[in-house]
Amino acid sequence: MKITREDVRKVADLAYLEFSDDELARIQGELDSILEYIGKLNELDTSNVEPMAQVLAGVAPGENPALREDVVGPCVVTREALAAAPDAAPPYFRVPKVIEK
Amino acid sequence: MITQNHWTVDSVREAVRARKISARELTGEFYARIEKHNPALNAFLALCPERAFAQADRVDAMVKAGEPLPPLAGVPMAIKDVIATRGVPTTCGSRILEGYLPPYDATAVERLERAGAIVLGKTNCDEFAMGSSNENSAYGPVHNPAAPGRVPGGSSGGSAAAVAAGLAVAALGTDTGGSIRQPGSFCGIPAMMPSYGRVSRYGLIAFASSLDRIGPLTTSIRDAAAVLRVMAGRDANDSTSAEVPVADYPTELNQSVKGLRVGIPREYFAPGMDDSVRQKVEGAIELLKRMGCRAVELHMPHTDYAIATYYIVATAEASSNLARYDGVRYGLRVPGGTLLEMYRKTRGRGFGAEVKRRIMLGTYALSAGYYDAYYRKAQQVRTLIARDFQEAFAAADLIVTPTSPVPAFRLGERTADPLQMYLADIYTVTGSLAGVPGISVPCGKTPEGLPVGLQIFGPAFGETRVLQLAHAFEQAGGFNN
Repeated sequence: MKITREDVRKVADLAYLEFSDDELARIQGELDSILEYIGKLNELDTSNVEPMAQVLAGVAPGENPALREDVVGPCVVTREALAAAPDAAPPYFRVPKVIEK
Repeated sequence: MITQNHWTVDSVREAVRARKISARELTGEFYARIEKHNPALNAFLALCPERAFAQADRVDAMVKAGEPLPPLAGVPMAIKDVIATRGVPTTCGSRILEGYLPPYDATAVERLERAGAIVLGKTNCDEFAMGSSNENSAYGPVHNPAAPGRVPGGSSGGSAAAVAAGLAVAALGTDTGGSIRQPGSFCGIPAMMPSYGRVSRYGLIAFASSLDRIGPLTTSIRDAAAVLRVMAGRDANDSTSAEVPVADYPTELNQSVKGLRVGIPREYFAPGMDDSVRQKVEGAIELLKRMGCRAVELHMPHTDYAIATYYIVATAEASSNLARYDGVRYGLRVPGGTLLEMYRKTRGRGFGAEVKRRIMLGTYALSAGYYDAYYRKAQQVRTLIARDFQEAFAAADLIVTPTSPVPAFRLGERTADPLQMYLADIYTVTGSLAGVPGISVPCGKTPEGLPVGLQIFGPAFGETRVLQLAHAFEQAGGFNN
């Protein structure tokens, strides 16, 4: 096994995903076979290979740090941004209390 | 296949200009088609007739005033539901964004409308564009109009089905690992993934930011060229959009392809490909030779590592991009006693199984202790795959391969094993990782009548060449090869 039930639980916590025990068991099996497959990358010696951090770096000038002028432009205003919120209390998004008394 | 009056970008524009039909009438005709055929196909998730008819009236007013018509005047189009449309439901095929109305338009959509296109509605797709069959949509699968009982491919399955069935003249799809090209091949229509950075991603709801691209699905190469021409080019709202000049693709189409070096990488013809696909693709290559192209055998040694690389890079980026769905700012909220409980319940219930699987895989690959072994390793192999392409393009002008190792499979046939579903992306993910453009063009049908796609890759920003070869192939009858 590449990944234990405890690993899966920990990752679910990191990802803020709630799973039932059945789902956890199924995901463990699926992740295990996928990671097993992905292990084939270790067949390649990459000790002298740079990781690709930028796509088409050097080919597309737009990729390079051509910073735009710092000019204020139109942006989504509060009313529009709040319109899609499941629980808005303008000008705020309302969430369950996070600070204990 | 549903047979309807066939319209193209040019025939629409010309008919509207000559007042043979008004843009309003044509829009009405397409909505009538959708009303009739969409219940069986499930290609559209939302329609926006008010917006469409208002745009049609603007086009008709231009005709009346004798003004010159923009390039896509009156062309009815469909937009994949991962692309933001102001005030029009945009769900990404997910419950977590059910009923979401974006406050702005994607740049690509804005440019299409500025060019006179008429947006009919939003098309079904795999949830957050994660899938190869459209069966991961929270709103039900799409049916392939070219192959009854079979999937349309994915993730842009709704866009491919809508165009193939004549419910839109053209559609936008998005491609992260094959999501434009593979459904194009399954439904028997041309489908193009431009170079990374060629079309702005502003308003494309992110899956994997270093891979995501917007591109056209059409019924002819000329139409693909016309739609791409309008969308392409630098956009200040997407810092990764390229500062590379945009060619006038439609007028460049007719250039001769004689003497063009067409690379055939042997790794793409390895065992695992369906015989009926192999036969059609080999037939297509023979036709390219008769057209005067020179076939060059290529070796792209890292091809076999592309799926493993892709499923680390794409899921790692997805796990980060999809962190924003937390029940606070938009979409679904499932109440919980604490903030964390609310997050977990919202995401646990709002996302479907495939999306959760990928978030889990990506989170694992980025987590402490595994980052170097998985993410960094995959990024290194990605460099090797990109190098394969650079070396290939030193020896060849273009590369041709099959688009998919199999033709459209039956609905439900492959849903049980996620890894098997991933492996079917083998020929498309390579170009995604390398950032190069690729198109799938129809190259005939299997004895069972299932469409097969031929894929053409070009070097970065080599869209003109890719379209030229695709166009010449179409003119030579290759689509019915």
